Amino acid sequence: MSNKMTTKDKFHTYLKHPGSFLTFLLVMLASVITFAVLIFLIIYILANGLPHITPSLFSLEYSSENASVVPALINTVIMTLLSLLIAIPFGIFSAIFLVEYAGKGNKFVEVIRLTTETLSGIPSIVYGLFGMLFFVNALGWGFSLLAGAFTLSIMILPLIMRTTEEALKAVPDSYREGSFGLGAGKLRTVFRIVLPSAVPGILAGIILAIGRIVGETAALIYTAGTVAQVPSSVFGSGRTLAVHMYNLSSEGLYMDQAYATAVILLVLVVGINALSGVIARKLTKA
Amino acid sequence: MKSKAWTEKFMQGVFLVAACASVLAVALICIFLFANGIPAIGEIGFVKFITGDIWRPNNEIFGIFPMIIGSLYVTAGAILFGVPIGILTSVFMAMYCPKQVYKPLKAATELLAGIPSVVYGFFGLVVVVPLIRDFGHFLKDIGLVERSGDGNSILTTSLILGMMILPTIIGTTESAMRAVPVHYYEGSLALGATKERSIFRVIIPAAKSGVIAGIVLGIGRAIGETMAVIMIVGNQPRITGSILQGIRTLTGNIVLEMGYATGLHREALIATGVVLFVFILIINFSVALLKRGADHE
Repeated sequence: MSNKMTTKDKFHTYLKHPGSFLTFLLVMLASVITFAVLIFLIIYILANGLPHITPSLFSLEYSSENASVVPALINTVIMTLLSLLIAIPFGIFSAIFLVEYAGKGNKFVEVIRLTTETLSGIPSIVYGLFGMLFFVNALGWGFSLLAGAFTLSIMILPLIMRTTEEALKAVPDSYREGSFGLGAGKLRTVFRIVLPSAVPGILAGIILAIGRIVGETAALIYTAGTVAQVPSSVFGSGRTLAVHMYNLSSEGLYMDQAYATAVILLVLVVGINALSGVIARKLTKA
Repeated sequence: MKSKAWTEKFMQGVFLVAACASVLAVALICIFLFANGIPAIGEIGFVKFITGDIWRPNNEIFGIFPMIIGSLYVTAGAILFGVPIGILTSVFMAMYCPKQVYKPLKAATELLAGIPSVVYGFFGLVVVVPLIRDFGHFLKDIGLVERSGDGNSILTTSLILGMMILPTIIGTTESAMRAVPVHYYEGSLALGATKERSIFRVIIPAAKSGVIAGIVLGIGRAIGETMAVIMIVGNQPRITGSILQGIRTLTGNIVLEMGYATGLHREALIATGVVLFVFILIINFSVALLKRGADHE
């Protein structure tokens, strides 16, 4: 026997309780609004942007005629790699410290947790301001990819730390005990047993971090600058795709190209999100 | 054996040093922002800077009160649109959503969080701004408002920000609702309450701390949002009573003028960042307190 209500039962209940029915309608309406708005945004951008994705948009050199996205794309890739290179070791190592080494009730752990929570709440413009004051001015790097990458690496640090921490915590203690039982030291256990089993979780976090880097604008305008070319070294200024898109749409002269750039950004972000989801799902299956 | 023990100790040190990175980062951010911003506040005068309602850098008049009010206006607007829709959507996700469509819908809410703010801003610029412009003209035609505005307005920005804080609110509210023991809900149903009554009178009150933490996080996101806002808010540093008029936010003030500012003007912009940072610290602190409250429940 099923204890599920039939549609008829539900109808009778709602007839007796119009307030509940109204609430139910509001819940449905709000959900429809949420998802309809998202779908409308995506379809609108795709419909208006796809026709403007032309070969000239992908010219190797940027010029004021073609408003090419290629330099910005290359800069985005460089920026992503640099930021990850800086943030991943720090993020993973500090998560290892928090999960594997720090004792429970450690005061220092509380401090780290408080600071990472603070970091994850700081808006990107404040990061940008700090990056400009510290990396660009105080360290004298000028507007450069390197200054942008360091700024972004601080921004994504809490994200990588949190996801790695969760992934490490999800590794059963029996793995560790087994490794210790076989005579492995702590370090060997961490690198050979715990980290490999946590890889999918860590990877999902890193991919989310890539998504944030790709979409970031405010933290980059006054750190990496807005030059529309690929610089000759990491000490040169260059704009990423998101900054490129902001410049196109605020100049107002390249609306078609702005639509097309929005499509590229959106496709990148949707792809990155999907990839992270696929990896996270692999994790739950394993 | 000796060298192995040494490696163990060394690597433990490396992990500890890495763990200090976030502490160091927060310390550096605080030091550099305050050291560069406080002197300007001192020079302008704290009260004059915070409560001055004229921002005219060319005449060395720096009052950021209009920007503070502007940030509060659009944040309040974002809460007004985002919170009811967000909470009701999370009720749907936690209590009504059929299993088959849950995963794609959950992915959709995460995608909402992943869309870059420039794309939201652009969407606002090309879709919402013209709509609000027409709406303003319509209101003017029927004599409800004196000035119609050009679409770049508090209302436009509130709508887009409301959309942007949805994933934050949905995420935290849904997990807070799921953390409520299922027997609360079952007990309420067994007493004869309808499903809706059980959700809104039993589950949500039990998940209160989590729900409020989500709202506060949303406030933090809205007040700190920059790029999407400057594309659609008009950026006039003034105080206005009409939601069809443009204003400027604290975040916008920094980005718009930092490019060419020098001397005291530049320092005043950094000081604007300090004020924003203090707002954010207060918000973070309240979230931490609320989370602690949620853990104790």
